[in-house]
Amino acid sequence: MAIRRGRGVAAINYPTGMNLGGDPTQALVHSTPTGNFMVTLSSVDLGQGMKQIMAQICAETIGVPTDRVIIDTADTDTGPHCMGTFASRGTHRAGNAVIQAAKEARQVMLEVAAEELEVNASDLETDGQGNIQVKGAPQKSISIFDVALSAHFKRGRSISGRGMFLIPRSYPEKETGAMKPSTCYAHACTVAEVEVDDETGEVRVLKVKNVFEIGRALNPKMVEQQLVGGSWMGISHALYETTEPYYPNRDHGGTDFNQYLMPGPGDLAQTEIIVLERPSADGPFGAKGPGEMCANPQIPALANAVFDAVGVRIDALPITPERVLRALKAQAAG
Amino acid sequence: MAKVPVEFTLNGSEKAEFIESGTTLLHALRDKIGDTSPKGGCHQGTCGACSVIIDGELRLSCLTLAETCNGADIKTTAGLAKGGVLHPLQRAFLDAFATQCGFCTPGMMMAAKVLLDRTPNPSRDDVVEALSGNICRCTGYEPIIQAVLLTARANSQNAA
Repeated sequence: MAIRRGRGVAAINYPTGMNLGGDPTQALVHSTPTGNFMVTLSSVDLGQGMKQIMAQICAETIGVPTDRVIIDTADTDTGPHCMGTFASRGTHRAGNAVIQAAKEARQVMLEVAAEELEVNASDLETDGQGNIQVKGAPQKSISIFDVALSAHFKRGRSISGRGMFLIPRSYPEKETGAMKPSTCYAHACTVAEVEVDDETGEVRVLKVKNVFEIGRALNPKMVEQQLVGGSWMGISHALYETTEPYYPNRDHGGTDFNQYLMPGPGDLAQTEIIVLERPSADGPFGAKGPGEMCANPQIPALANAVFDAVGVRIDALPITPERVLRALKAQAAG
Repeated sequence: MAKVPVEFTLNGSEKAEFIESGTTLLHALRDKIGDTSPKGGCHQGTCGACSVIIDGELRLSCLTLAETCNGADIKTTAGLAKGGVLHPLQRAFLDAFATQCGFCTPGMMMAAKVLLDRTPNPSRDDVVEALSGNICRCTGYEPIIQAVLLTARANSQNAA
């Protein structure tokens, strides 16, 4: 009886969005009378940072500071349609819709500015600080605040735009079954090191090293935050979480948070996160969906590490001490 | 059921309410007094989201009857910022990106505050121990641990 060490590796590809009856998301953008920009979405920020990223995307497209953008995730009765906040699709789908809407709004904004400055709209550029200026002659400029006031009260223009991003449904080819269920994949690889107690069946995670390829990280700190939490969640899926921990009698199953196991702050593995950025072809500014995929590679990596440590294949999750011990017993029985 | 009078100090100001006997402090704070910073997660003392500070001790407001708090000095996360200036813990949680969905954050801050009030220069193990009664689903805990350590470092630099 001993504590045995093992190391496992696993790599995954993870699609961004999904392929049901087509995967659409809409966005609407309009300026307020004072030149702030309102983005209306039905997509939801549930802590992953959707509002921040959409504000960055809109601000970058229109050419204003991020704090001039207001994100309203409204509700699904009144907002423009979104398929939903799932499948790691928010940044990619809603982001593309916001770009399209913001481009249209920017064009109207430049047209109004052109009328005010008595120049051609195609000769104008934004300075990113809230002003519009003539290319090559920045002294000839107007604030976006004044442009919005003019549009509202003088020119009768709505500085607004409509955005729609759709990944059409992909049908399998009849002969081969080949299809294109997603246009964009994130990738990840984890190396995990564990200690397995072959007397108690307990698995302790010593280290996880994760590499994530997530397209362009539109907000690197928030991406890191997502990946650190996701890596922990992957370990949690692999070793702890189940609604039926008390085999074989379902009546003894968990009923609340206190019976649903997750690793606490005292159970953390040493965690390393490396981000690779290979911009996607069809993502907003090259983004992919880093959300769900970051909690996946730890699971097979840990199963492999357990195999490396004690020579048993656990093929059901979570990898509980009971399952490890039963497998060891079966192995000993030969 | 008979209503009972309760008086206590909440974040420095006097509060007096008539409450149903048996009301939890969490319910009284959120639904009677209007301080929604303590969160109701499990309502059975497991998740720590409802943590508040009563007379300097970390308490679970979902397991504390409001009527037992007569004369108590109660502090919640809503009282951390002063005059629009964030408390160092709040600043550190922002700087360390230690919050995602935010539901556990007020309880985490209360647990951290009690730790730092007693142990201004905690070790990592001290922080882990102090946060061990609070459940977080998003962050993986590491950013929260780092935020508390960051607060301690900032406090000791300010004191020096």
